[in-house]
Amino acid sequence: MLKMQKFALTVNGAQREVTAHPDTPLLWVLRENLKFTGTKYGCGAGQCGACTVHLDGKPTFSCLHAIKDVAGKSVLTIEGLSQNGSHPLQKAWVEEQAPQCGYCQPGQIMRAAGLLKETPKPTRSQIVEYMKTNICRCGAYSRIIAAIERVASET
Amino acid sequence: MEKVIDTIDVQRRQFMVGAAGFTFGVAVGAPALLSGEALAQNSSVRLNDWVTVFTDGTVAIMSPAAEMGQGSLTSLPRIVADEMDADWSKVKIVPSPANDKIYGNPGRGYTQYTAGSATVTGYFNSQREFGAQVRQVLMDNAAQRWGVPVAETSTQPGVVLHEKTGRRLTYGEIAAFAKIPAEAPKVAVEPVATANFRLIGTDTPRVDVNGKHNGTAKYSIDVHVPGMIYGAILREPVDGAGVAKVDDAAARAVDGVLNVVPLKYGVGVLAETPWAAFQGRKALKVTWGSKAQGAGFSTDGGFAKFSNAAKDPAHPVIDWEKKGDAAAKLKTAASVVDQEYRSDYAYHAQMEPLNSIAAVSPAGDAVEIWCGVQSQTIAVQQVAAALGIAESKVKFNHYLLGGGFGRRGNRDADFVIDSVLLSKASGKPVKVIWTREDDIHAGRFRPLYVNRLRAGLDTSGNVAGWYHRAVCDHVMAFMDPVRYKIVKGRDPIALLGTEVPAYDIPDRTIEGVLEHTGMRTNPLRGIGFTANSFATEVFVDELAVKAGVDPVEFRLRLLKQMPRARHVIEETAKMADWKRKRPGRGLGVAYVSYSGTQIAGIAEVSVEKSSGAIKVHNFWCTIDCGVAVHPDNVIAQTESSIVYGVGLALTERISIANGAVEQSNFFDYHVPRMRDVPQMHVKLVQTKNHPTGAGQMAVPLVPSAISNAVFALTGVRLRQQPMLAGRVKTALLAGEKRFA
Repeated sequence: MLKMQKFALTVNGAQREVTAHPDTPLLWVLRENLKFTGTKYGCGAGQCGACTVHLDGKPTFSCLHAIKDVAGKSVLTIEGLSQNGSHPLQKAWVEEQAPQCGYCQPGQIMRAAGLLKETPKPTRSQIVEYMKTNICRCGAYSRIIAAIERVASET
Repeated sequence: MEKVIDTIDVQRRQFMVGAAGFTFGVAVGAPALLSGEALAQNSSVRLNDWVTVFTDGTVAIMSPAAEMGQGSLTSLPRIVADEMDADWSKVKIVPSPANDKIYGNPGRGYTQYTAGSATVTGYFNSQREFGAQVRQVLMDNAAQRWGVPVAETSTQPGVVLHEKTGRRLTYGEIAAFAKIPAEAPKVAVEPVATANFRLIGTDTPRVDVNGKHNGTAKYSIDVHVPGMIYGAILREPVDGAGVAKVDDAAARAVDGVLNVVPLKYGVGVLAETPWAAFQGRKALKVTWGSKAQGAGFSTDGGFAKFSNAAKDPAHPVIDWEKKGDAAAKLKTAASVVDQEYRSDYAYHAQMEPLNSIAAVSPAGDAVEIWCGVQSQTIAVQQVAAALGIAESKVKFNHYLLGGGFGRRGNRDADFVIDSVLLSKASGKPVKVIWTREDDIHAGRFRPLYVNRLRAGLDTSGNVAGWYHRAVCDHVMAFMDPVRYKIVKGRDPIALLGTEVPAYDIPDRTIEGVLEHTGMRTNPLRGIGFTANSFATEVFVDELAVKAGVDPVEFRLRLLKQMPRARHVIEETAKMADWKRKRPGRGLGVAYVSYSGTQIAGIAEVSVEKSSGAIKVHNFWCTIDCGVAVHPDNVIAQTESSIVYGVGLALTERISIANGAVEQSNFFDYHVPRMRDVPQMHVKLVQTKNHPTGAGQMAVPLVPSAISNAVFALTGVRLRQQPMLAGRVKTALLAGEKRFA
């Protein structure tokens, strides 16, 4: 049986070393070892998107990547998206009062940030297609769309 | 009725304006959301406060509601602030501690229990009165200082004025010398119908939104306590099955697993990390007991049994509502419509899986809890009972809820007790996290329903006699035996929504049959309305068709005496352009009177014939919940409810086989995603009535409006929700044969 090991990775621009079982999903390393709790556990199966982070610049489900596979890579979490929540999407999220319970929102924002990186001016259907990976059980979808469109129209 | 404690006593204890802490500047520059602890640390008397006025003008207002995105953490202090004429920019909201006597909802028998969309409506009068009392004390103090009659003073936001002399004192200045009377002054608040509100009815950012955009908002799953370990629990698949045999050798061999703890309802695994706890749990080999009441139960068996109970005239029933003589009217009716409707079990699917953290003292005589719950006081009571200690020995730290929808308010507080038992067993602080699979497998569902309706029409198409029998699992007996006793078995969670209070149907008989199936049940957003009103509103549509009357017109005729009800339907029909035919799409209407809130919806759908998939393109909705304290939030909640309703209507189904849940995660329990959401057009009608609820009222509109729209489009009537594509396809094929 595999034992705990040390792994090095970059999180939000800083080098970090963690001791974890090699199969531990990145999600739990971020949350419990490194205390980046903005990355949420929702399903553990790549179904809900609450755990979305950027891995080497691309949005991905942190629950599906074992720590042994992300060693040496660069991870961006919601905490590192901006200083003080100043990313245009974060500001738009507040402007639109998008969050309800808020639990899925870091994942939604990280996903949306990936979208705008790829497609700065997405159409409504591009937004809907790209964001289908992320569940918002409070059903705040229309405000999430509004927030993304607000940013797209301002840039 | 529910327990009501001495109202006068409560008012007196609730009344206390910042007698202490004026010298403490904690609120200066503090975030808009103060922690209760931060405030409490500086004053022991302050725990009894609703309002504290600081010398710098800051006004701290306690908010007793659990915040799960519904907004009442902000709405309740807004009511106090309006009446006390506080300057909202100086208001800090403080989540109140757990204490029914001080912070309990007057509308819920003085329990601190955030549910039923009952927070604003239940606290509204007391919050207003309390705000008015604070204002009166501030004016009394200013008048005394100036040596003028109090009648000559008035207020502007945050300031007491004496207009004759032009003198003014800010609330903060008054706080420096204020004398607090032993008893609350008698005040009268203006009736809602004539009141001029300043803050109520206007929009403001919700206090909990900040932090939800950058990952700093804290839910209990985010809490770290020094020395904390992790727990996962393999729960019995059927409630009450119990553990027969455990082989934990493989579990104990998992690196990081610290211990395996047998529990009455399962087996707990303690580990250094959550992942190790999950792996250890996975490695357990458990043989379950076979004596569970629900052993052998299945969805199909349940439907068959409930259906029989629904049509058996000899079956014992709960008389829910009886007016006039429905049976006689039905006998002489020109025509009779008789139909059965079905609803499957449905799951809350709150995004934050259940979890809690407990630290039991080494002697087991005290405990600290970190958790987000819908009732703080119930959680404290349950924890105290589980440990056999006094409630005063439970320190409860309340957090934001990553969704509730009714799942976090059950009396046994199952997910809180988990961490208490495992902390007690280990002597360490323990965070227990349910996996999504746990959350579904041990979910507590909206029950299974069979609704049977029969109604007559006279020769002019008027409803003559209405009979409804709803059959479902017990809910309250399972989720809250204390309230079940209080309501004497008349289970409102199960049976509300069977009434048609607004419709002019003088002769009606409504009955309920509650079955002990052994299934785990709970209130779910929209409670019994989601199934009962699905049945009634589709049935009303069937009556309209039988009578040859337009479904909107048919409802308006039934609502002749109900102007508010008519108004929401008329407004919705206007928005939807109801009479306009659109190729390939159908419109369906539904109306609900829900705890006084008047709400109507119209769905526009298309159906993909090959698959049976229903697409909802538009949903128009008009809500009149009386005074809307926070209009933008009422709209947000209504949209949220529509999305929730779309899921219940179309895709969300829990099925049971051998007593156990068949679904596991979001790949087989399908909640709405962005692409499933219709364009929503929500109109809020503000009326000068006491506020009623808004947090869930649109949920039950959606399934019936969709079913009615599919009928308008295809001529095929869908009488079971969820209207899964496969079910719709089968119904369409059967319909084609029938029409051929």
